[in-house]
Amino acid sequence: MATAAGKPRLAVFKFASCDGCQLTLLDCEEQLLSVADALEIAYFPEATRADLKGRYDLALVEGSITTEHDAQRIHEVRRRSRTLITIGACATAGGIQALRNFANVRAYAAAVYAHPEYVRTLATSTAIADHVTVDFELRGCPVNKQQLLEVISAFLIGRRPVTPPHSVCLECKLSGNVCVMVARGTACLGPVTHAGCGALCPAYERGCYGCYGPMETPNSVSLSRRLRAVGLDEQVLKRIYRTFNAAAPAFREESERHGG
Amino acid sequence: MESAPLAAITLGGLQALFDELKNQGYRVVGPVVRDGAIVYDDIGAVSELPRGWKDEQDGGHYRLVRRSNDARFGYAVGPHSWKKYLHPPLQPLWRARREDDRMSVEPERAVPERFAFIGVRACELRAIAVQDRVLLGGAHADLHYQARRNGAFIVALNCSQAGGTCFCVSMNAGPKVDSGFDLALTEIAEGGEPLYIVAAGSEAGRKLLSALPHREAQSQEVAAAAAIVARTAASMGREMQADDVKELLQHNLDHPRWDEVAERCLACGNCTMVCPTCFCTSVQDSSDLAGLEFSRSRRWDSCFTSDFSYIHGGSVRTSTRSRYRQWITHKLASWFDQFGSSGCVGCGRCITWCPVGIDIAEEVRAIRESERPSAAEPSGESAAGGITPVKQR
Repeated sequence: MATAAGKPRLAVFKFASCDGCQLTLLDCEEQLLSVADALEIAYFPEATRADLKGRYDLALVEGSITTEHDAQRIHEVRRRSRTLITIGACATAGGIQALRNFANVRAYAAAVYAHPEYVRTLATSTAIADHVTVDFELRGCPVNKQQLLEVISAFLIGRRPVTPPHSVCLECKLSGNVCVMVARGTACLGPVTHAGCGALCPAYERGCYGCYGPMETPNSVSLSRRLRAVGLDEQVLKRIYRTFNAAAPAFREESERHGG
Repeated sequence: MESAPLAAITLGGLQALFDELKNQGYRVVGPVVRDGAIVYDDIGAVSELPRGWKDEQDGGHYRLVRRSNDARFGYAVGPHSWKKYLHPPLQPLWRARREDDRMSVEPERAVPERFAFIGVRACELRAIAVQDRVLLGGAHADLHYQARRNGAFIVALNCSQAGGTCFCVSMNAGPKVDSGFDLALTEIAEGGEPLYIVAAGSEAGRKLLSALPHREAQSQEVAAAAAIVARTAASMGREMQADDVKELLQHNLDHPRWDEVAERCLACGNCTMVCPTCFCTSVQDSSDLAGLEFSRSRRWDSCFTSDFSYIHGGSVRTSTRSRYRQWITHKLASWFDQFGSSGCVGCGRCITWCPVGIDIAEEVRAIRESERPSAAEPSGESAAGGITPVKQR
């Protein structure tokens, strides 16, 4: 993937987000030097002041689109980037801030800010793929460090990244975790949630919170029926699907089944 | 082996067995309580065994509960099976390294590991035999499986407790162990310290037993052990009429029941992961950032994922209906065509560990009942929940 001028050029862009996903890249510690060896870090405000103009071979995009300005800026990023990969729940599903999609954002702004009239924002928070063509989406809130390195490594050599879209349950079983729902009656979104975290919460005897969004074929209707049986009421059922991936279609639809 | 006199050992004898196996270089693994379940893990002392516990099991339900005696093996089977040792979840296959223009490839050597498995149930012995057939019985033996399987020492256990989702009797796979073990125990736990009636099933087992503190089992102890197994056989939690299930399923590939079960099925893959005979894997490649180091490994995969049936252009089985049907018809029907036996051993794990409690025995029953003339109504009990006491064999 090296260009004639040398190493492929990497850019990391931020939209509406908490920075956690791009910080995952800085959190790579011992592999960070390898990343810097393999790629020219052309634009990454969290890591360097360099602001090189021109085109990028790989753009990692964090965050969702919540302002008119960003809705324009993402097209500029797309124009400059040969490969555009979105990282994290904000960029792939709209993030926690997509809760505004279910409410009146003006009412929110009025409740928070002394002068809401200065806040210029869109009524919705949307995924990057709703605005431009995205070459690959890496899920998670935040993304998993190993998966991020996997995506970059795969990009560099030109292969498909191994980030399976199956349930978190498979990750639990691969690591020998005892199912918290079956053995403890703990509510768990693992069966409908995209793998990638390594089944972090169930490994600590918590139910899955769905941070990686819907798995490939989520049957949340059936899961919700089961969760009701372990004691979740309609209000809670609505809420558990409305977290970091609230606007991912499968989770949004399921939450709406339990009250608007 | 029936002709040889049975031996009796105490807990001290069992500890001596663990010690002797360890002395001989075995990695001893057995049942321990962890995270609210009885799982298989490395074990050194009999004090680590699940003393005084039993498991309460039903569709999508598992709880450890106290039992009235101090039995160490008074449970059925948990979420783990021995395949996690013999056919581990992740198996490296090869590594490669690029130096200048040269690429060197180094296959992962099959490393022999000598396991001693403690407390292997009859259904699990059958499951190991099924995986032996699949992974060693064809033209191309799996060298990694072989390296672990060849050296394994198996301490089997006749079940003293049937689980709520057990149906080994239906599958003719238990609860009495009949072959494929080195030593077989029956635990008599009533009345204080447990006593173990021991049968040797191999020369290695006989040799090891002779090195342990033991005595000949008395006839009433042998009778008590037989009665325990008979009682277990009579108290199966589930039942599946298995004699013609292959034909039944293969004649019903378009049955509406597949749509009905797909409406409940999460396609999460748990059933295939906990199944002691499911052997499918997928192969995945990795490369490092510098593009110098590469590796290929295989990991457990499931016929419930879309990638599993992905070929050029898309996934062959796009619906959950087709995936559930594939799993159950392979397990109970086409397994016969492929490997000469059923792929199901009646352990009940897929029922217990399905988050929504889908019951393989119930699914078969539903299809079977739909074929019956309406006059032949089932008994009230079996119609209610598919839970029917099984006659003692």
